[in-house]
Amino acid sequence: MAKRVAIVGTGQTFHKSHRPDVNGQELINEAVQRALADADLTMKDIDAILIGNMDHFEGINYVDCWSVDGCGGVMKPVIKITTGGTTGASLAIGGYHMVGSGMFEKVLIIGWEKNSESDTTGAITTAFDPIWDRQVFAGAISGLAAEAQAYMARFGASDRDGARVSVRDRKHAMNNPHAQLRKEVSLEDVLASPMLADPIHLLDVCPRSDGACAVIMASEDSAEKICPVPDWIWGTSAHNTYSYLGDGDWGRLTSMEQCAKEVFKKAGIKEPRKELDVIEMYQPYSFAGLIWIEDMGIVGHGEAPQFVWDGNTDMGGELPVNPSGGVIACNPIGATGLIRCAEAAMQVMGKAEGRQVPDVKFAVSTGFGGCMWTNMLLHGKRKPN
Amino acid sequence: MSEIFKGIEPMVHNSKISVPYSWWAGDTASKFFISLRDARKIIAPRCGKCGKVFMPPRKVCPTCFTENTDWVDVSDEGTVVSYSVSRRQLEAIPGDKKVPVIWGLIKLDGADTALLHYLDEVDPGSVTIGMRVKAVFAESRTGGIRDISHFKPVK
Ligand SMILES: [Zn+2]
Repeated sequence: MAKRVAIVGTGQTFHKSHRPDVNGQELINEAVQRALADADLTMKDIDAILIGNMDHFEGINYVDCWSVDGCGGVMKPVIKITTGGTTGASLAIGGYHMVGSGMFEKVLIIGWEKNSESDTTGAITTAFDPIWDRQVFAGAISGLAAEAQAYMARFGASDRDGARVSVRDRKHAMNNPHAQLRKEVSLEDVLASPMLADPIHLLDVCPRSDGACAVIMASEDSAEKICPVPDWIWGTSAHNTYSYLGDGDWGRLTSMEQCAKEVFKKAGIKEPRKELDVIEMYQPYSFAGLIWIEDMGIVGHGEAPQFVWDGNTDMGGELPVNPSGGVIACNPIGATGLIRCAEAAMQVMGKAEGRQVPDVKFAVSTGFGGCMWTNMLLHGKRKPN
Repeated sequence: MSEIFKGIEPMVHNSKISVPYSWWAGDTASKFFISLRDARKIIAPRCGKCGKVFMPPRKVCPTCFTENTDWVDVSDEGTVVSYSVSRRQLEAIPGDKKVPVIWGLIKLDGADTALLHYLDEVDPGSVTIGMRVKAVFAESRTGGIRDISHFKPVK
């Protein structure tokens, strides 16, 4: 990379199940204004905009053009990135590439969704192959259920182990005023909630939300002038696995494993469990909070349930996961991956308020998408070498 | 929810857009579907380089990135790799299927990747990973994946 890149400001809406008081452009604008205020910049300072959502949720397929009033893109380069669930994380990686190339000094990155404007399951189904997978079953939960069933069979985990993760994230959300769902639940509540697709209960999965998130990235030429403690991006990685559901190695997330290896190698991280301080994971359902930290290399295969039961991933634990409450508490899909990135940046910058983990030196944020994709960013307090 | 609408008269505009799509299956998938429809035989393409047999069939091996030109017969029996039970009658579930709907990822004998399909003639609570299942063909076949009605346990 020609330039080192840092996040210098973030902004989010207060995410809700419905935002009937604003249209999409106005929702976007709320997040943009907050990010500009956070960085103490104006639109005049911004050289380019990256924006994304999942088109089918709103039925608006040229958001790069339509959103200009809200995103501030008048007479600026605006590029759309849309990669399903990973959209927000892909946007962050795209922004990193744009600034890192040295061709754009300050880039505004926006992820947003108004999931209340369509049928989420129907829209997600359009992401599956129409001749094959869609003829039998699709929707978001199918692949996740296959993963959880296979993990339980291979490693002897139980639905209580999954529920423990949901209890954690919903408790963490109590500290985050931006989260949509802020209600603590018990293990029994999760296990007694309706079964959606075995073994996944209603309280094991994410909701659908209306919300937007904006992140401003700047190159090393200006980052430290804009922000006393910028969040330096140490590395990024993105991997996709399959075309059809039947191709997956169910019970393992190979894309996560590959991303973690690449990103940790770039930063010289050998023991992520000890060297990372916090993880903001795109974890759309509870069992992912077990399976994917194993694939990330935090603990060995089959060891995550005990690690989570022992409180290691809770606030105050050895390696807190999702201090924001994560995706289970809030999921405006096109924004979700970028919210993980923004939350990790806030942790590094020391701006996470009631959900701050003390003295964060390294944080990881991830994105996840339908074909078991993973995107990953490594955030650090120290400027990369 | 009521809290969200407090003080707001939510004005809503409903879509009248209708965009009917039709998807061409292509020569590779069509060869498979014609065999299914006319001969009740499951066939699959094999990569000439790595030897992988693909289900669903595909024209190009995604790993070797070469065209698959060999076709092999695949068994109508296989093993359940993973499964779930849909408990809610979502619109994405075809209208003729009533919940609980069991679907499985089935690795047919002779194939290297699994096929997504329905499991039936079995209690949802009795399905296990590793279970042996067999294809049941539909009586009326039209050239689609549902020319296989479902898979049932091998007795
Ligand atoms: Zn091959």
